[in-house]
Amino acid sequence: MRASLILGTLLSGLALAAALASFVWTPADVTQLAIAQKLLPPSGQHWLGTDHFGRDMLSMIMVGARTSIAVALVAVGIGMGFGVPLGLLAAARSGGWLDEVVMRGNDLVFAFPSLVIAILITAVLGPSALNAIIAIGIFNIPVFARVTRGGALPIWTLDYIRAAQVAGKGAGRISIQHILPNIANLLIVQGTIQFSLGILAEAGLSYVGLGAQPPTPSWGRMLAEAQTMVALAPHVAIIPGLAIVVTVLGLNLLGDGLRDALDPRLRRSP
Amino acid sequence: MLRYVIRRLISLGLSLLVASALIFSVVELVPGDPASFMLGTGAQPETVAALRQQMGLDLPLPLRYLHWLGGVLTGDLGHSFTYKTPVAGMILDRMQVSLPLALMALALAVLIALPIGMFAAARRGRTGDTAVMGATQIGIALPNFWFAMLLVLLFAVNLRWLPAGGFPGWSHPGAALKSLLLPAVALALPQAAILARVLRSALVETLGQDYIRTARAKGLTAGQVLSRHALRNALIPVLTILGMQFSFLLAGAIIIENVFYLPGLGRLIFQAITQRDLIVVQSAVLVLVAAVILVTFLVDLSYALVDPRLRK
Repeated sequence: MRASLILGTLLSGLALAAALASFVWTPADVTQLAIAQKLLPPSGQHWLGTDHFGRDMLSMIMVGARTSIAVALVAVGIGMGFGVPLGLLAAARSGGWLDEVVMRGNDLVFAFPSLVIAILITAVLGPSALNAIIAIGIFNIPVFARVTRGGALPIWTLDYIRAAQVAGKGAGRISIQHILPNIANLLIVQGTIQFSLGILAEAGLSYVGLGAQPPTPSWGRMLAEAQTMVALAPHVAIIPGLAIVVTVLGLNLLGDGLRDALDPRLRRSP
Repeated sequence: MLRYVIRRLISLGLSLLVASALIFSVVELVPGDPASFMLGTGAQPETVAALRQQMGLDLPLPLRYLHWLGGVLTGDLGHSFTYKTPVAGMILDRMQVSLPLALMALALAVLIALPIGMFAAARRGRTGDTAVMGATQIGIALPNFWFAMLLVLLFAVNLRWLPAGGFPGWSHPGAALKSLLLPAVALALPQAAILARVLRSALVETLGQDYIRTARAKGLTAGQVLSRHALRNALIPVLTILGMQFSFLLAGAIIIENVFYLPGLGRLIFQAITQRDLIVVQSAVLVLVAAVILVTFLVDLSYALVDPRLRK
């Protein structure tokens, strides 16, 4: 199980490094069109070849990593920012009407195929990276609310929480000082999973033209543009997809590895 | 059991009601007036006003919602602004592509996942298990539309076995099935990977139970124990995931239908969004969401049938 932690860190680190490096250096300028050099296969000069506008694919992938990671990361932030307080609240008032409202609202959001609603939202607000973030972020809220509530409920029954209550601490302070640190593991693991789902969702949305708009490079849109050229130059379709797979795989492995590493019950003696 | 069913039915009705209200209000938020959009920029204000009245757009929002909801309940989903045909008929037409596609993908996912999950569980902790589970990790990470492109590249462009897109209609059943095959495989594989993992962990858990040891002790082979005892008890978590996957498949079909130019519900939603045909968007999304809510309801009911403890 250590292997998945290491491999996951390496793969997702690769995507992160590519995104960060793109701020200071890319092999070529991604806004520079060179039609004469279009659809070149991978070579010494262009390691991953060029696209239909003659842009360097490696540079496009590096800048595209920025879009994917930024969208998915902020969407996780939205989900945690709203979902965790909601979940803590629901757990603190477990069985009350507030708990009921939060949980039924969650059920409802879960009933919607997330992509359908993401498409609706981007259709209403107009296609852009920001609206993709909102659309994906909204769906992270019930996920985090549920995980938080599920993690918090058993902790509320423990003796040291009773002690804190007796000592006069309110539900809010107990939630923040005692519950939250104890469910941080759960949230980190769920965050990693939602991060990887966010990357897939962003790719899907920009593939259908509802994500980041040109000229911002994004993996999903690179695939959409490559679709008509897949027979002519397979590399333009294969490379962005591989970038997505490597990143998502890395994050999933990282999530698995973290879960095992952070949960002492799952930790086996080596 | 009857009380359970009634309670679930009430909550089913409530979910559908809230979902319809949500969809209606989200679509209402779309900027731009459909009437002026249809008539173009050169239209006279009086003409726009007349069309607005004809389309019922001059009524207050709650009234329009009730009007729409009443229509939905009686099977009248209104008329498409762009196609000039009843929306209900359009949706039924498109369902003839989307539903078989989703069902085919679901069936394929189960067919792929069952043997893989059972194999991995039977060999838990050994090389075969690790290799298969590693492969499922890759399956989960695959964006289905990219996988679809690779399938087209291999089976349509290079080998020329299957069509790269389009749909000939059900009057040619063989050709129709053929054109749904690649999209169904593209949809199924990532779902099969998830399903195989769930099945494996459910099986591994049941295989640790006492009654499994008893079954082994009375002389059943490992294979018999797996298929007769463990599989049956591992099916509950698998059923949950299957119910959820139906929702993923319907949503995934939206994108896949666009990859393969299939005239399904997903493509209809897209076309309607770009043409601002809001009544079509509303109704098509409602049908999708209602289908998901209904499937969840049926899965819940089937649990109660399987496991009496859940009927409380």
